Amino acid sequence: MSAREDVLSRIRRALADVGDTEAPADVPVPRHYSPGGTPPAGSQEAVKLLAERLADYGAAVQRVTAETVATAVARAIAVRGGDCVVVPRGFPREWQAGLAPERVLSDAPRLSVHELDRADGVVTTAAAAIAGTGTLVLDGGPGQGRRALTLVPDYHLCVVRAEQVVASVPEALARLDPLRPLTFVSGPSATSDIELDRVEGVHGPRTLEVLLIG
Amino acid sequence: MSDAAFLGMPSFPKAARNALADTQLRRNLAHATGTIRQKRADVVGELDDWEELREAGRAIKERTLRHLDHYLLQLEERVTAAGGQVHWARDGEEACRIVTDLIRATGEREVVKVKSMATQEIGLNEALADAGIAAYETDLAELIVQLGEDHPSHILVPAIHRNRAEIREIFLRAMAEYGAAAPADLGDDPRQLAEAARQHLREKFLRAKVGISGANFLVADTGTAVVVESEGNGRMCLTLPETLISVVGIEKTVPTWQDLEVFLQLLPRSSTGERMNPYTSTWTGTAADDGPRAFHLVLLDGGRTDTLADPIGRQALNCIRCSACLNVCPVYERVGGHAYGSVYPGPIGAILGPQLRGTSSEVDRSLPFASTLCGACYDVCPVKINIPEVLVHLRARVVDESRERRMPTPERLAMTAARWVLSEPSRLGTAQRAASAGGRLLSRRGRIGRLPGPLSAWTDARDAPVPAEESFRTWWRRTRDERT
Amino acid sequence: MRIALFITCFNDTLYPATGRAVVTLLERLGCTVEFPMEQTCCGQMHFNTGYQRECVPLVRRFTEVFAGYDAVVTPSGSCAGMVREYHGRVAEVSGDARLASAVQALPEVYELSEFLVDVLQVTDVGAYFPHRVTYHPTCHSLRMLGVGDKPLTLLRAVRGIDLVELPAAEQCCGFGGTFAVKNSDTSVAMCADKVRHVLDTGAEVLSAGDNSCLMHIGGTLSRLRTGVRTVHLAEILASTEEKPATDGPQPSPLPRRTTEGVRSR
Repeated sequence: MSAREDVLSRIRRALADVGDTEAPADVPVPRHYSPGGTPPAGSQEAVKLLAERLADYGAAVQRVTAETVATAVARAIAVRGGDCVVVPRGFPREWQAGLAPERVLSDAPRLSVHELDRADGVVTTAAAAIAGTGTLVLDGGPGQGRRALTLVPDYHLCVVRAEQVVASVPEALARLDPLRPLTFVSGPSATSDIELDRVEGVHGPRTLEVLLIG
Repeated sequence: MSDAAFLGMPSFPKAARNALADTQLRRNLAHATGTIRQKRADVVGELDDWEELREAGRAIKERTLRHLDHYLLQLEERVTAAGGQVHWARDGEEACRIVTDLIRATGEREVVKVKSMATQEIGLNEALADAGIAAYETDLAELIVQLGEDHPSHILVPAIHRNRAEIREIFLRAMAEYGAAAPADLGDDPRQLAEAARQHLREKFLRAKVGISGANFLVADTGTAVVVESEGNGRMCLTLPETLISVVGIEKTVPTWQDLEVFLQLLPRSSTGERMNPYTSTWTGTAADDGPRAFHLVLLDGGRTDTLADPIGRQALNCIRCSACLNVCPVYERVGGHAYGSVYPGPIGAILGPQLRGTSSEVDRSLPFASTLCGACYDVCPVKINIPEVLVHLRARVVDESRERRMPTPERLAMTAARWVLSEPSRLGTAQRAASAGGRLLSRRGRIGRLPGPLSAWTDARDAPVPAEESFRTWWRRTRDERT
Repeated sequence: MRIALFITCFNDTLYPATGRAVVTLLERLGCTVEFPMEQTCCGQMHFNTGYQRECVPLVRRFTEVFAGYDAVVTPSGSCAGMVREYHGRVAEVSGDARLASAVQALPEVYELSEFLVDVLQVTDVGAYFPHRVTYHPTCHSLRMLGVGDKPLTLLRAVRGIDLVELPAAEQCCGFGGTFAVKNSDTSVAMCADKVRHVLDTGAEVLSAGDNSCLMHIGGTLSRLRTGVRTVHLAEILASTEEKPATDGPQPSPLPRRTTEGVRSR
């Protein structure tokens, strides 16, 4: 008997007390917890809460407008981004208008990990953001690039639009496509492994900066 | 370094005695558990639907476990459809063999590892070392344990028993042996220590071709695996290598993508006391231009089906490894994790270990008794595992197994005698009179001090009460009998 | 309303004053209390130590003795918890369907503070106890029964009392029944911390709703000659100006040395 068959038959034997007619849906799962929605997705309150919660876990946050975003991107990169930043394919052209072309690194053709390691930072969009937990979600969509881009460089600048902000985890999961590789980012990398004392900045970007439009 | 149960471990009370004598350990533990308890309480207090989330989490796990075969087959189908390969392992040895063969097939001699309870449980690092493959732990605490040639003592923070000065010393001594050395002027500020770990591991991440992980959840209806972490070492191992091998216990399955909305709220708040941990990665099979080109999922039984077979003990498989029960446990806080003798310490370890491994070893037989049944663990458990209930259930299993031995233990004789006395009020009355007389003989100025023999376990540190001259029932009969 | 007192074998033998206090208190509040003489033990020690089979005759006796009453009152959170949480399980283990239905049919078993607050709906029981008291909420009262702050509500209404909060009150004292001897080193370490917290309050009396925990903490308080007395909640609530609680558990001998020995443990 294969291990697969063996394990499956052990499971069936172990569940002798479960009746043959019982279907998975017969085991009730009460979902009386909050589905979210407060504050409403995309609202000013949601953006404000996101900003607070991001800052609470050590991210630098700025509120910007559609008009000031390009300047804010350029300034943030100038201050913290170092000499060369990766800009993934699909990052809006108008948002990178203030960046000097010689400082921009493209991932097409694909950068090796060592090239990526030499980059000072990365600027991306996001797929969604969760206000209540201070979380950005990346799904590799336009302007986000593959996962390594937001991981290896030490600085991550992320631009989020107000309409992408939801209040809660349930709302965010409902918007996301599980078949894409997803990364939920809540603040810069951190550890509490030494005396449970939280230290920000281990292997992932040690600086996370977020521009919130609207 | 680690095995299912650490080899040759003494019973819990003996190991606890040694741990209690270590005042540094007790200080480290009291500080760390006190800190995390407060953080957890604060972020749990922010949610007014916490109890509803717990109930949903428990119910989802119950649904999964009662139909585990169904969900595993669905999971296998979806992972395969998404380009992954699924392997099944009856036990740890088989899982180690599968992983070793997969690594050998890549031609690599080293792997980077995400912190994973399942791979510790099966002793994967040791098996790989025997096969000439170096496995590098990349989680900071796991790195501390690996470099210190130590055992983990906590589920979330395996090096919780070490303070910053000890960690500095381990880094200075051992890092050079495994790769980039620690800077000579390394201080003991956690920031500096984390920086040293970053430098030490970076070259390993960049050259790694094979990553090994566990998973916090496997989603059956989408085939998605989930890793919840903080440092980014997980993302490094899941993203940069060409081959990813995830070893996951079969009970980590959840039915639907929507179910994650419950667990991604329960886990970080219970575990690190954060609203959300810094990084959560989810992936489904392989992606065209992102991450590993090969993904292997090794589904591990390793005693889980034995645990599943016990309708009361089964709930231990609800566990999402948050370690909240360790942090609130008054026993764990004082003796630490090593006394539990396996990679699963604390209250959950006391019910999980003896079920996964059976009760053949001395330490596993003693674990169900390593609790006062105070219930603090049940109160904080995000998936509502009634740990005290399972503990007393397992105690009965241990006692029932010992009944098969010919010579009854002194405890069994005492319990049998007590049952005989307590089965009849008249016998109880006689025993009370005897106890009262005996107590008065032993007492001085209204208290009983140190006694010899088995009673010394109580009286070495605590006085014993003197049985009353007149029991309640005698008083009642004397003063009230006419009224009943 | 037919009310039965379940004294518990432990109180019956070691702390009869607590039982007498329950009777005094309930009668003062206008209740008629019966004490079924055939009662013995709820089986908790056996059950919690793994001797579930030995529990069966004890549970059977319990169901026979207390059948037909409207309520059972007991001055023990852990014994009330045993009956409520686990008598059904013992019946299951026995495989005796009649025992299972007898357990189902049992009257409600109340821990004393629950009975006073929930059934009699009194919080001021007219007690007088002019002492500095701190209260330890025992684990089973707190977490198994969920009595919440009922005992403290009752104590706050006692005249003359100086009730002081116990630091880290919700931490277990380390008793745990046979745990105290099977894992005596850990048990003693836990109790040392509890005792330190008790001494920090400066209380002269430590109270609780379970004499088993009080025996444990009191045994250490006594060994260390701290001078702190342990008094069951029932005895404080039964105490009045006319009839003060005098026959409670003995005070530990007067301090022979300072509390430093405890603090440095």
